[in-house]
Amino acid sequence: MNFNAPHIDYAALSPVLALTVGLCVVLLSGVFKPLKRTVPGLTMITLAATAGLLAWRWDNPQDLVSGALRLDDLAISISLIAILTAAFAIFFSTREPAVEEAGSGEYHALLVGSVLGMVLLAQAQNLVTFFVAIETLSIPLYILCATNLRREKSLESGLKYLIVGSLGSATLLYGMALVYGGSGSTDFAGIATGIAKEGVLGDPLVLVGIAMTAVGLAFKTSIAPFHQWTPDVYEGAPSPVTGFMAVATKAAAFAVFIRFFDVALAPQASDWQPALAALAAISIVIGNVGALGQDSLKRLLGYSGVAQAGYILGGLVVASEAGVNAIVFYLAAYAFMNLAAFAVVIARERETVFGDHIDAVRGLGAERPQLAWPLTISMLGLAGLPATAGFIGKLYLIEALVEGDYTWLAVFIAVGTMISLAYYLRVVAAMWMRSESAGAVPAIAGASPEADPIDPEAGRRPYLVVPALLAAAATIFFGVIPQPLVEFAEHAGSSLF
Amino acid sequence: MINSLLWTPLVFGFVGLLMPRRYAGWWATLGTAVTLGLAISMVAGFNSGAGLQDTVDVNWIPGLGVDYSLGVDGLNVFLVLLTTVLWVAGTAFAAFREQERPHLFFLMMLLGETATLGSFLAQDLLLFVLFFDLMLVPFYFLFGAWGSDREDGPTAAAATLKMIVYTLIGSLLMLVAAIATAIISAQDGGHLTFSIAELAQHPIGEGSQRWIFWFFAAAFLVKMPAFLLHGWMPDAYRAAPLPALAVFSGVLAKVGAYGFLRVVLPLFPAATVEFQEVILVIALASILYGSVMAFTQTNIRLVAGYSSVAQLGFITAGIFALSADGSDGAILQMVNHGLVVAPLFVIVAILAERSGTEDLREMGGMAVRAPVLAALFLIVTLATLAMPGSANFVGEFYILNGLFDSKIVFAFVAISGVAMSAYYALRLYQRTMHNRKPDSLPSREIGLRDGIVLVPLVLCIIGLALYPQLILKRTDESVQQSVAPATGGGAAKAPNVFTFQEYRGGKR
Repeated sequence: MNFNAPHIDYAALSPVLALTVGLCVVLLSGVFKPLKRTVPGLTMITLAATAGLLAWRWDNPQDLVSGALRLDDLAISISLIAILTAAFAIFFSTREPAVEEAGSGEYHALLVGSVLGMVLLAQAQNLVTFFVAIETLSIPLYILCATNLRREKSLESGLKYLIVGSLGSATLLYGMALVYGGSGSTDFAGIATGIAKEGVLGDPLVLVGIAMTAVGLAFKTSIAPFHQWTPDVYEGAPSPVTGFMAVATKAAAFAVFIRFFDVALAPQASDWQPALAALAAISIVIGNVGALGQDSLKRLLGYSGVAQAGYILGGLVVASEAGVNAIVFYLAAYAFMNLAAFAVVIARERETVFGDHIDAVRGLGAERPQLAWPLTISMLGLAGLPATAGFIGKLYLIEALVEGDYTWLAVFIAVGTMISLAYYLRVVAAMWMRSESAGAVPAIAGASPEADPIDPEAGRRPYLVVPALLAAAATIFFGVIPQPLVEFAEHAGSSLF
Repeated sequence: MINSLLWTPLVFGFVGLLMPRRYAGWWATLGTAVTLGLAISMVAGFNSGAGLQDTVDVNWIPGLGVDYSLGVDGLNVFLVLLTTVLWVAGTAFAAFREQERPHLFFLMMLLGETATLGSFLAQDLLLFVLFFDLMLVPFYFLFGAWGSDREDGPTAAAATLKMIVYTLIGSLLMLVAAIATAIISAQDGGHLTFSIAELAQHPIGEGSQRWIFWFFAAAFLVKMPAFLLHGWMPDAYRAAPLPALAVFSGVLAKVGAYGFLRVVLPLFPAATVEFQEVILVIALASILYGSVMAFTQTNIRLVAGYSSVAQLGFITAGIFALSADGSDGAILQMVNHGLVVAPLFVIVAILAERSGTEDLREMGGMAVRAPVLAALFLIVTLATLAMPGSANFVGEFYILNGLFDSKIVFAFVAISGVAMSAYYALRLYQRTMHNRKPDSLPSREIGLRDGIVLVPLVLCIIGLALYPQLILKRTDESVQQSVAPATGGGAAKAPNVFTFQEYRGGKR
C-alpha cells in the first residue's frame, strides 16, 4: 500500500513550532525548583526565537497545512506586535504578586500559550483554524486574569471574562456554522465563491451567520456595544496581563477580522460596510464617553481601548489596501502607546497605596519624571496629538476612510478624539499641574492594600522604567520618522490585495 | 537656512535641559536671539519679486504623500520675523524672573516657537496642520502648569483644558478637511500630494469646497478667536502666565488669520466667494462685541484679550474684502497688532507685580513717579487706537480701503470699530496711569530689566510707523497671488497673476 504523507513545510511552520516547544520547556522548568528562576529568561528566549523565525519568513508568503494557515506579511506583522507586547508583559511581571500566586512556570506558560493562539489566529485561513486559534488565545487569558488569587477583583475578573468570553465564542461558533451551512465551505476562499451567487443579503442563513461572526469578533476586540466586560476585566486582572490583553488580543483578533471581511467577504463589501461602520461609530462614542468619568486608570484605558477599537474598525470598513495598512500601522502605534502607559500604571500601583486610581500619578512630574514623561507621551499619542505615532496613525486611518468614501466616519474619529482629550489630558494634568484635591488616602481605591505589598522603589526599577522609556521613545520616533513603520504596514496590506 | 531657523529654538530647548537651573532662562533667551538673527538675515535676503524662496522640499512620508516642505514668501516673511522678535521679548522677560521648574518652562517656550514658526513656514498642507496642532502642546503645559488658579473661577488646568478642547475641535476637523482636499484633488488622475501650490493648481469641485471651507474656517476662527468661538479666551487669558500669554496673544492668534490667506483663499476660491459675507458678518460681530466687552472689563488682561478679538475681527474683514488692499492691510495689521499686544501684556505684568492686582479699579496714578513707563505705555496705546502716523493707522486704512471697494456696507460698520478702539485703549491708559493713586500702591519707575524688554518692542512700533512700506512693499505680490483665485482676477494688478478666467479655461 502506498501512503502519501502530505508535504509539510517545516520552515514556514517553524514559528508555531518554536512557540509550542518553548511552551513545554517553560512549563516544565517551572516544575523543578532549581530551574524556577530561569523561567522568565526561557520565555524571553522562546519569544525572541519566534520573532527571529517570523522575521526570517518576511516577504515570503506561503500556504500551510493544506491551506488551513497562511504565513504572509499580515500574519507576520500582527504576530510580531503580539510577541513584542508579550515581551513587555514579561518585564512587567517581574515581582508581580500574581506570578508568585499562580506559579512562575504556569503563568509564563499560559502567556506563551496565548501568544501561540495569536500567531495561529493571524494565519487562519478557514473557519476551523480560526475557531481553534481564538480559543487557544482566550482560554489562557481567562486563567491569567484570575491569577492574583488573593484579590477578589482578580478572581471576579477571570470569571467574568470566562463567562462573557464563552458567550462570545459561542456566538462566533454558531455564526460559523451558519456560514458553513449557507456557503458549503469552511475555507475563506470557498466561502467567497459559495456566497458569490446570492450575495450576503440574498441568503438569510449566510446573513445571520455573518452577523453572528461579526458579533463574536466584536466581543474579542471589545467593540461597543459588546464591550461591557472590558472595563471590569481590565480593572480586575493583574496589570501586566491587562497590558498584554489590551494590545495583543486586539491585534490578533483584528488580523482575522481583516481576513474574514476584507478577503472572504470582499466582493460583498457594500452589503456589510454600513453595518460595520455603524459599529465603529457606536464604539467611538461609547468608548470615549464612558472613559470620561473614570478614576481608575485601568478602566480609563479599557474604555479608551473601546474607542480605539472603533477607530481601527474604520480601517476595516473601507476594505481596501490603504485600510489594512492603516490598521497595522495603528495597531503598532497603539502597542507602543499603551505599553508605555501600562508600565507607569504598574510602577505606581506597586509604589503607592492608591492602586490604579488617578491619584497614584498626581504630582508625578516633579516626583518621578522618568515615569511622568512616558505616561505623558502615551496620553498625548492616544489623543492623537502631532509628533507622536498616534497622530500619524489617525492620519493614515482618515486618509483610508476618505479614499473609501467614508468621510463621515473620519469626521466621527475627529469628534471622538475631541471627547477623548478631556480624559487623556486629565491624566496629564494630574501629573504636571497643581491639583484641585490633594487626594486623601482612599479607603479602597480599586486595590486592597493588604493583598499588594508596597515596593517604594518600584518607580526606579529598570524592568519597569526602561520598557516605559523605550515604548515612549518609539511613540515619538515613529511620530517624527514614520516611514519605517509605514513600510512595515504596507507589506501587510500588499500581501492581501 | 530655513531649516536652522525652524529647529534652532528646539535644539536650544533640549540642550537647555542640561544647563544649571539659574542659566536655563538665559540659555533659552540666547536661543531665541540666535533665531531672531537668522530671521533678520532671511528678511534681508528676501527678494520681493521672486515668489516662494528659501524652499526645502523632502519626501517625508512617501506612503502617505506628505512632504516636509518649507518656504518663505510675502505672506509669511514678516510673520516669521514678528514671531522671532516677540519670542525674544517673552523669553527674556521670563528669564528675568524666577520660574518654577525653569528647565521645563523654557523647553516649552522654545518648543512653542518651533511649532509656530513651522506653521508659518509650512508649504505642505498636512505639515501645516501638524504644526498648527503641535502649537497647542507647549501652551497646554505653559498655561496649565505655570498658570494661576482663580478663587472664583476654574483652576488653571481646567481653563487650559477648555482652551485645548475648543481649539482642537477646529484643528481635528481641519485634519479631515486637509486629507479630503488632497484626495479629492488627486481623483482627477493626479497623484496624491499635500503641496499647497500644487493643490491650488487643481482646485476641487464647488460642492466639496463648501464643507471643507467650513472645517478650515472653524479651526482658524477658534484660534483667533472670533465672536461666538471665543468661549475659551476669558478663562485661558486669566489663567495664563504673562510671558507665555504675550507671545500667545501676539503670534498664535495670527496663525488663524494667516491660514485664511495661505490655505483657504487659494485652495477654495469658490467657497470663499460664496461665504464671503458670512465671514464678514462674523468679523464685524467680533469687532463690535470685542470692543464693547473691552469697554466694560475691569481685569486688564481681559481688556487686552477682548481688544484682540476686535482687532482680529478687523484683520479677518480685511482678508475677506477679497482685494489686494484689504489683505495687504491685514498682514500689516497682523504684525502691528503683535507688536502692540505683546508690550501691552508686558506692561500688564509690570503693573500687576506692583499693585498685586489685575483689577483696573484698584489701579491708577502710576504716571506720577514713572514717566518713562508712562511714555512707553502711551506710545503703545496710541498705536493700539491707530493714531494717524502709526503703522496701525496705515494698516486699518488699507483694510477699510479694500472693504469700501468690495462691500461698502460692511465698511461703514467696521469704521465704528476704529472709534471704539480709541475708547478702550485710552480708558486702559487713564485708569492705570492717571486718576488718583490708591494709597497702598507704590509708584516706581521701571527697572533696567523691564526696560530692556520693553524699549526694543516700542522702538519696533516707532520704526514701523515711520516706514510701513517695509512690509507693504514685500508682501503685495504674494498677497495678490493669494487673493487672485477668489476675486476672479479683479485684484490682479500685476501682469503675472493668473486669473480666474484662465483657470476656468484651462480646466476645460
